[in-house]
Formats: sequence, C-alpha cells, structure tokens
Amino acid sequence: MSGKNSDNKKEAQPQTGMHRRGPRGMGNIEKAKDAKGTTLRLLNYFKEYRVKIAFVVLATVASSLVGLAGPYFQGVAIDKYIVLGDLDGLLRISLMLAGVYVFTTLVAGVNSVIMAGISQGSLMKMRKELFEHMQLLSLSFFDKNQTGDLMSRLTNDIDAIGALLTQNVTQLVQNLLTLVGIIVLMFSLNVWLALASLIVFPLMIIFTAVVGKRTRVYYRDLQKQTGGLNGVIQETLGGQKVVIAFEQQDAVNKKFDKMNQAVKETGVLALTYAMMVPPIMGILSNANIAIVAGLGGWMTLQGLATIGTIATFIQYSRQFANPLRHFANMYNSIQSALAGAERIFEIIDTPPELTDCEDAVSPQQIQGEVVFEEVDFEYVPDVPVLKNISLHAKPGETIALVGPTGAGKTTIVNVLTRFYDIQKGKITIDGLDIRNVKKDYLRSKLGIVLQDVYLFSGTVMDNIRYGNLVATDEECIAAAKLANADGFIRRLPKGYQTELSERAGNLSQGQRQLISIARAIIANPAILILDEATSSVDTRTEVQIQEALLNLMEGRTSFVIAHRLSTIRKADMVLVINNGEIIERGNHEELLEKKGFYYNLYMSQFKGTIDDADFEYIKPVEVYDQPTSSMPMMGKRRGPSGGPSPEMMRQRAMEIVEIFKKKQATSPETAKTFEELEIPPQYQRMIQMRLTRLGIIADNGGKLYLIEKNLSKL
Amino acid sequence: MSELKRTFRYLRPYTREAVLAIIFLGLVVVLDLSIPRMVQTLVDEGIGNQDMDIVLRTSLMMIGASILSATMMIGNTIFSVKASRGFEADLREDIFKKIQTYSFGNLDDLSSGQLLTRLTSDLNQIRTMMTMTLRMFTRAPLMAIISLSIMWTTNPQLTKYILILMPVTGVFITLFIRKLQPLFTKTQEKLEQLNQVLEENLSGIRIVKAFVRRDYEGTRFKSANKELTDISVRVNQLIGVLFPLTLLIMNTGIVAIIYFGGIQVIQGSTTVGTIIAFTNYVFSAMFPIMMLSMMAGQISFAEASAKRIMEVLDNEPEIKEKLDAVQLAEVKGRVEFKNVSFSYREDGGDPVLHNVNFTAEPGETVAILGSTGSGKSSLIHLIPRFYDVSDGKVLIDGYDVRDVEPKSIRKHIGISLQEAILFSGTIRDNIRYGRPEATDEEVIEAAKAAQAHEFIIGFPEGYDTNVGQRGVNLSGGQKQRIAIARALLVKPSILILDDSTSAVDVETEIKIEEALEELMKNRTSFIIAQRISTVLNADKIIVLDDGNIAAEGTHDQLIQTSPIYKEIYDSQLGDGGAQ
Repeated sequence: MSGKNSDNKKEAQPQTGMHRRGPRGMGNIEKAKDAKGTTLRLLNYFKEYRVKIAFVVLATVASSLVGLAGPYFQGVAIDKYIVLGDLDGLLRISLMLAGVYVFTTLVAGVNSVIMAGISQGSLMKMRKELFEHMQLLSLSFFDKNQTGDLMSRLTNDIDAIGALLTQNVTQLVQNLLTLVGIIVLMFSLNVWLALASLIVFPLMIIFTAVVGKRTRVYYRDLQKQTGGLNGVIQETLGGQKVVIAFEQQDAVNKKFDKMNQAVKETGVLALTYAMMVPPIMGILSNANIAIVAGLGGWMTLQGLATIGTIATFIQYSRQFANPLRHFANMYNSIQSALAGAERIFEIIDTPPELTDCEDAVSPQQIQGEVVFEEVDFEYVPDVPVLKNISLHAKPGETIALVGPTGAGKTTIVNVLTRFYDIQKGKITIDGLDIRNVKKDYLRSKLGIVLQDVYLFSGTVMDNIRYGNLVATDEECIAAAKLANADGFIRRLPKGYQTELSERAGNLSQGQRQLISIARAIIANPAILILDEATSSVDTRTEVQIQEALLNLMEGRTSFVIAHRLSTIRKADMVLVINNGEIIERGNHEELLEKKGFYYNLYMSQFKGTIDDADFEYIKPVEVYDQPTSSMPMMGKRRGPSGGPSPEMMRQRAMEIVEIFKKKQATSPETAKTFEELEIPPQYQRMIQMRLTRLGIIADNGGKLYLIEKNLSKL
Repeated sequence: MSELKRTFRYLRPYTREAVLAIIFLGLVVVLDLSIPRMVQTLVDEGIGNQDMDIVLRTSLMMIGASILSATMMIGNTIFSVKASRGFEADLREDIFKKIQTYSFGNLDDLSSGQLLTRLTSDLNQIRTMMTMTLRMFTRAPLMAIISLSIMWTTNPQLTKYILILMPVTGVFITLFIRKLQPLFTKTQEKLEQLNQVLEENLSGIRIVKAFVRRDYEGTRFKSANKELTDISVRVNQLIGVLFPLTLLIMNTGIVAIIYFGGIQVIQGSTTVGTIIAFTNYVFSAMFPIMMLSMMAGQISFAEASAKRIMEVLDNEPEIKEKLDAVQLAEVKGRVEFKNVSFSYREDGGDPVLHNVNFTAEPGETVAILGSTGSGKSSLIHLIPRFYDVSDGKVLIDGYDVRDVEPKSIRKHIGISLQEAILFSGTIRDNIRYGRPEATDEEVIEAAKAAQAHEFIIGFPEGYDTNVGQRGVNLSGGQKQRIAIARALLVKPSILILDDSTSAVDVETEIKIEEALEELMKNRTSFIIAQRISTVLNADKIIVLDDGNIAAEGTHDQLIQTSPIYKEIYDSQLGDGGAQ
C-alpha cells in the first residue's frame, strides 16, 4: 500500500513528489539520530492501548510456543504411532496437530484485528497532533518549509511508521520467540543434528551482509541517478511548451537518453544484487535440509536419531529461515520509521507562533484607527526590513502604499496582521497596542485580499462563506453582488454550487479575485488590507474588480498595496516606501507637487502616453490651484497626515450637494454632466466613491442628478 | 489485460534474456522440488534398508542440487533483471520521445502532472509486473504443477486431499480479494481526500490565518483523518485475517497427510518417507496458489497503468509536418491572418477566434488588447503554429504556416509565454536556451535589453547563478525578464510577448519598453499587455472582443472610433470616466 500512497501523492503534487523512498528494505537506509529517545516518545502514542497490547503480546507468545509444537507433533506422529502402527494414537495426535493450527490461526487473526485498530488509531492521533500543531506555527515556519516537504511529513513519514506498526511489531515478537524456540527445541531433541542445522546460519548471515553492502552502494547510485532522471523529466514536462517554442526537442531527447541509459545500467547492477538475496536464502535452507537428512539418516542408522526427528528437523529448518529474513527487512523499516518519527517530532517541537499575552483583550468594536509609531522590523536579525515607520490612518481612510518591489510594503501588512511581531515601536488599533489584543480577534477584524488569490476546493458558495462561516446563502449572494461576482457565478454550470477544482483551475484569475473579494466582504472587517495585484487581469475585469474593491473599502480603513495610479489617486494618503522607509507621504496631488520620488514614478508611468492636452487637464498642480471661491477650504484644513478628515469629507459632500441644487440637477430629466455642473475633478472622485453609493447622487446615462430625499444619509 | 499485453512488445529486444530467465527458473523449480523426493528416498531406501551408501549418496546429491539450483537462480536473476530493466528503459524512452513530438493541443489534453505520473509510477508498476512475470508468475504455476505431478505419481490417494484443498484456497482468496479491492480503491480516495485538505491548508495558510479558520480547518482535517482511519482499519483487519486463514488451509493439508498417510503406512500401502516428502510438497503445491491469488490484484493495477501509458503512446501529435514542407531559410516577418477561425476542440465547438483578418508588415509592432478569454493568447499561438487553425490561413512571408517545416518558422520567432518557465541550470543557460551557441556578449546584450542585466550581476555568481530548485528564488518579475532575454537572444524576425511584464513593476516595465523599442525596430512584434500604457506606441492595436476583432488601428484612431478601446483607456488613464 505504501508504495501506492506515495505515487498517488505524486499525482496530486508532481513538483514535490519526486523523492521516493525506494523499495522497502533495500539500500537507502536512513538512520535515526536519537533512536532511543524517538522510540520512547513513539511508545507514548500507545499508552492508551496498554491493556490491548499486553493481550496481543501474551497471545503472540502463547501462539508462537504452541506453533512450535506443530513440527514436533509431526515427528511424534511418525515415530510413536505410524511406525508402531497405533491407529487410535494417530487420530489423537492428528487432532492435536489440527488443534495447534486452529489455535495459532485464531490468535493470529484476533491479534491482527486488534493491532489494526491500535496502529491506525495511533497513526490518526499522530496525524491529528501534527496537523493541529502546524496550524499554530508562525508564517515564518511556512516560509522556511515548502508545502511539499510538509506534505511528505504527513504522508510518507506517517506511512513509514504505519508500515512498521501494521506489519512488524507482532512479527518481531513472534519471530524472536520462534527463533529461540526452534533452537531450544532442536537442541533438546538432538544436539548433533541441531549443531549441524546451524552450520548454514553463519553462511546466511555472511552472504546477506556481503550482498547487502554491495546492494546499498549500487542502490544509492541508482537512487541518485533515478532522481536526476526524474528531475529532468519533471522539468521538461513542466516546461514542454517552452521546449516546443524554442524547438529544443532534440537537445532534450539527447539529455534524456544519456540519463535513461545510466539508470538502466545501474538499475541492472543494483537489482541483480538485491533480488539475489531471497532466492539464495531459500536455497541455503534447502542445503540445510540436505545436511539434516544426510546426518539424520546416518544417525538413525546408528540408532542415535529417529525418522520422526528428521521430519521435525526438516520442518524446523524451513521455519528457521523466515525469522532471519524478516529481521533484515525489519531493521530497515524500523530505521526509516524512526527517522520519519524524528522529523515529525521536530515539527511538533517547533514552538508555536507569537502567543497572546495573558491579559489580551477582545474589544467590543473596532473603529479602525491605525497608528504605527516608529516601527522597526527585521525577519532575519540585522537585516532591517522596516525602519522607523510611523503612520496614522483615521477610521474610514484609504492609505495607499507605493514603492518598488522589495521596499517593504507587504511587510507592513504582515506586521499589522501580527503574522510577525515588530522589534521596536508600537502598532495600535483604536489606541490599543495590537500585542495586547487577542491575535484571533485582531485577525478576524482585518479583511485581507492577497495578491495570490487562494481558493479552496468546494463550491463557490463555500468559498465565499469561508469569510464568515455562519453567513446565510442570501448573505453570501449579496456579498458576491457587491463584489461584482454574482454575474459570472450565475453563468457557471451550477451557479453558486459549482465545485471549484483543485486550485480553482476552472476560473480565471480575475474571477478568482472577485470571489476572494466577496469572501472579504462577508467577513465584514473593520480594517481592510488589499494587495492590489490586478496585473494578471485584463482591463475590463479589472474595472469590475476596482468597482468591487471600492464597495469593499467603503466605510473601512483600508491599506492598499497599490500598483495602479487610479487607485492611488483615490487614496486619502499615499505612503511612498523605499528600502523599508517612508520617504514621502501625502495625497496624490501633494506628492506630485513635491517633485520627488513619487513624481518621478508617476511621470515615468505616463511619459509620452497621454497627449499634452489630456496631461494638462489632469495635471494635479493645475487642479490644485483651481479652487473656486465657493470652496474656500480646499487645501487648507488637511490633517498633518494629508488625508481629509471625515468631518471635512462631510463638509465637502455638502458643498457638492449645494452645487447640484444650484444647477437644479435634482431629477433624471434635469441631470447634468460634470462639465455642465462645473465640478472640479478632485470632487468627482468623491461623488463616485461615496455619494453615488449612498444613493444621494444618481447617474442617468453619464449625466448626474441629486436625489434629495436621500440626503439624510449623509 | 489487453493493454498490458501491448506493452509486452517492448520485451521483444530482450527475448533472449527473457527466455533464458524462464529456462533457468524452470530448472530451479525442478531442482528445488527434487529435494523432498530425495529425502523420501533417503528415508525409505537408505534408512529403511539400513543402507548407509544410499544415505550418503542421496544427501550429497541434495547438496549438489541445492548448489546447482542456487547457480540457476543467479542466472535467472541476472537475465530477468536485464530484460525488465531494458524493457523499462525502452518504454520510458518511447513515452518521453512521444511527448517530445506533442504539440500544444496534446499538452492541453494531458497535463504535465499526468504525464509525469505515467512516466514514473505507472512505468514502475508495469516494470514490477514484468519482473514478476519473469520470476514469480512463472515459478508459481511451475511449482504447483510439478509438485502435484510428483505427488500424483508417488501416491494418487494422498494427492487427492491436496487437490481438494487447492481450489478451496483459490476460491477463498479470490473472494477475499474481491472484497478487498473496492476497499483499496476507497482507501485511496480517502487518502487523496486527506491529502487535499492538507495541501489546501498548507498552501492557503495565509488565508487560514487571516480569517482565523484554525478550528474549521481542524474539523475538516479531523473528519478526513477519521474516514481514512476507519477504512484503513477495515482493510488491515481483513488482510490480517486472510493470511492466517490461508495458512490454516495449508496446514489442514499437512494434518490430512499425516493422518491419512499414517493410516496408509500402517496398512502398508505407502512409506514413511512419502509422508515426509508430502508434508513438504503441500507447501510447494499450495503456496503458489496463494501467491497467485494475491497477485491477481496487482494485475488490475498494472492493467490500469498500462492503459494510461498506452494513452500517451497512442496520442498522435496534432500538428503534423507535411511531407513536402518548405524550409524557410530566412523570414522577413510579414504575418497575415486570412479569415482565421480557431477552436481548441476538433469538433469545432466554441470557436475562440472568428474570422480574424489582419496583416502585420515586417518591422511593425502590433499590440493586442482584450479581456480574458477574448482570444489574445490563442491568436498569437497560431503564428508559430502551436495550434492549427480550424478555418482560414495564417501566412508568414506569404507561406501558409502549414506548408512550412514548423522548426524553420519557430527558429525565427522569439516568444515569451504568459507563464515564465525557467529550467534548472544557470541564468546564462536559461537565456541561451533557444540558441546554445550564443556568445557571452550576446547573452549580456539580451539581458540588458530585458532589463535583467542589473539584477543578474547583483547575484554573487552573476550569470552563473543557478536557478530552479537548488538555486536562487527569482521573483516573478525577474523570471519574466529572463524569459524576455531568452526570446530576444534568438534574434527573431518575429517577436511575441504574451503578457510578459505582468509581474514586473511599473518602473522596470517602462525601462523594458524603452529598450524594446530599439530592439523591435527591425522585427515584427506582437505584444499582449494589460497595461494600456504599454501599447500606446504600437503601429497597430488590435482590440479583441469574444474572438472577434472589435477594432484595429493606432491609438489616435481608436480613441476616436472604438468605444471598447476608450473604455479600457479610461479605466486606466482617464480619471474614472470624468471626461
């Protein structure tokens, strides 16, 4: 079974499943570092089965001893009854012989049934413990350990332990007893014959050792070469389209041929040696029979033995080889089980991630005010990633994080979610140090939409509900609607009940992103963190995503790792990050005015891409210098952080409403365009973002009008 | 069995080895089985007649037979391993080379993961089967038949008891296996289920943590774990009971021999030696039956594997080179699509492109825009003939691509696919992939143009830095830049960049574009990009909508005439529809 298991794993995870353990019992023996300690610890898992195990061991002892009587009775039957012609006695001894076999069968059967329960039960416990512990480990653990490796802990390593448990533990007891029993019985029956039978014994050991040694050497080579070959195969198949595109088939074939040939040659050597052992062992036991029969015959003639003894000895020497063969195999599986167990314990012993402090709280409600105070952070000691980061986000504000790759944008998110703890400074939410907030609670209030969208198998509905397990179907659908996902979901073959295949391969990147937004919406977080990677999405889907994100951000403090200038423009504050430091801050217009790092970034993006007229139009400096007399507060009452305060927003909204009233755009018939209304661009964003969503301003074919009855919503 | 049989033709080159292996095996069986017979002689004639000579001679013969049989066994091992390994290597080679002839369409049908499984575990399964055929499968029936014949000729009465027990064993085990087989399948399913929960959990660990779904995941795992355990317990229990029970049947045979044989001895119709020999033959007659019944399950696994392997071998490449295909020594780069329709499925379902017409003159830059699924990638995949059109024609320099050797076209095309795949080896090797003979200067030049030079020399080992599993982890953007350099290095007449800068940051993308502008001057270039800023300077912009060309022209033309283009443009550059 175990071989099949690992194969299966490979199907699911071709990129990591290449490390095969090789045929059990040949070459490739792993050694446990601390065999004794690991064994003792492994034994802990069987504590609860103490009584059952004691029973199994006792039963095994009994059945091994009784089993030894089988050949003995055969000899007795021949000598005492058959040769002497005692029919009644023959029947009696035959029945006893049958009794022996029935008893041993019964015990073996019952033992297997009990042991199956014990071994599988303890494996289940081990898997559970390992899994649950993994859930507690910090992200840095998962950064360091690849998914494939961890998977292999839970499959291959557990498998190795399982193989040892199911096959070998009872056999070990039985084989030992049988071996000792046979030796004792043989010597008590006939010392000389016993000694003669043992002649083959050292031969077997020497042979196994010599061949085993060579086998291991060749096997190691074979394993290495097979690994190399499989590596080439895996890589080539993974990049087959590139191979075709660059017409490299011939080169690839040549490389393959060389390695395939090497594997074949080494394989012949390794396997020839490996496969020689079992038949030769069997043949040595044949030689043993010859010796016993010859010597026994001579002794019988001398009156020193009986025919029955010869028969008994022949049976014993047959049984003798089995335990020996098993011991060799068992040694290997014990070693690999212990090595596996060691790796498992290593994970279980990894300390869990940052724990909650004792007096951690779960506040009633979170407004969403986020403050970073002189935060320093490093993943690895002495490699600072964040340096002296300070920022202040007021409830409902949108903060855009901008900067080159590797500047530290994602790290800011990682420390805010407390995936990692900062080394210096303080992060507070609503004035509370996040280290004093329960970690789970904190994360449940943070909505995260990551760059690499991850969906689980299950239905679309399940995936949306992942954000809030108690949400009803209606709520999930409502969330999907807000996320612009409802439309395409309904077009899927089974709508919301469509099963997503592994890694959601049947959805496009953009669709997956929309579902992940719906998932974040239903979680209803107070603070939102978006890694805005819409780059792999086409422009029209992106429009939908942008819209969905705006819905999501509405009323929430949002941190956006922004890649799009359109997003940045809409942000209340833009933080320009470079080398782990905030080098510029302010809103889009202010930053442009500064003509610094951001300005360069902006200019390079748009250089030559917009004709001059357009460029003039959106040129922020001009816009900024354009306040009309009716809006005297523009650019004045900004907070030190650069973003408008909620109170300011309200005021601005009122001013916009006044414009609509003045221009009498208050019904669909009297709707007017921005130009007609003479609304400056920076206000247009506000209209789109907030007022239309509140239902205060509506769109009628590109023309806008005010709905006065909804004004109370302001 | 039929698929499995088909794989046997790969044994043909090793016929000599296979036949020798089987002959040796037959000799081994005969020699092994002669031992109990000699024991019988020794007991009956030697001991019975008090003839020391016979005792000595027979036991020496037995030792001789053992040694001879060991030699034969070594012979069998050598030849059977040679045959099965050769068989495996040849089959593997054929599968691999077959895959090398595949075109994109074939690869869409069979994922690389599937192909990999077939080349590794399926192949292993078949190889194991072949080895067993050359050893166990031949040995077991031989042993049973020869044992039975020896027994029958010695004592037909006693043999009858064994003959009764043999089918009992066979039927018994077969019934068990029939019960076990579906359980094995189920175990496999449960195991897959558990692995899936695990894989998803580990891959999505950030999401799990972010949504605080530890308990939920725990429950999911727990139930999968429990289900697997329950079924494994049942399987193990059944197997655990099966073995002792079959042993019991064999032992029943021994008891029968002792009792009924004993009676015969007492009545004088048989000898003690016969009984001793028979107790040995019981095993050699019945054990093979036991092994064969157990192995029967293996055959169905091997058959399934053989079927999967044959599927790979039977799959014919979709793109076939014409016999009289033209070889293009030089490509100027004029690309023309004439009424091209294309569907991924042969039966013509759901065309991805409808009646596409356009011409790109040598040296022109063509940008292709459109939403996901609008057919952009499909369109550019038709140029190097990764797929064949369903209708219409794709012409390069006036030649229908189907009339030209694919290799001679592709040599002149540099392409960077959507997913930047690199191979293990150094960065230099990767850039040189399409033209291994390129000089270091050319490599650096290409890397510079792709804006990759700077980060490459930032690595301690520069261009000799290893990438891939044992090498550095490159970011998505870095991989894409190397892939672009790789495409540039072939000095193509036609350059195709399929969304090749999606993971590159804006600043670098701009730099790449600037560098490309220079490089694209003398070649026809096709660019798929999501960022509209990338396509503004193109000689021609093609806007695809649901497989149709919705608009075609320069930026200045399209901004006036195409609503779709304007929508895309506005969403990115305009101020949210403010104009």
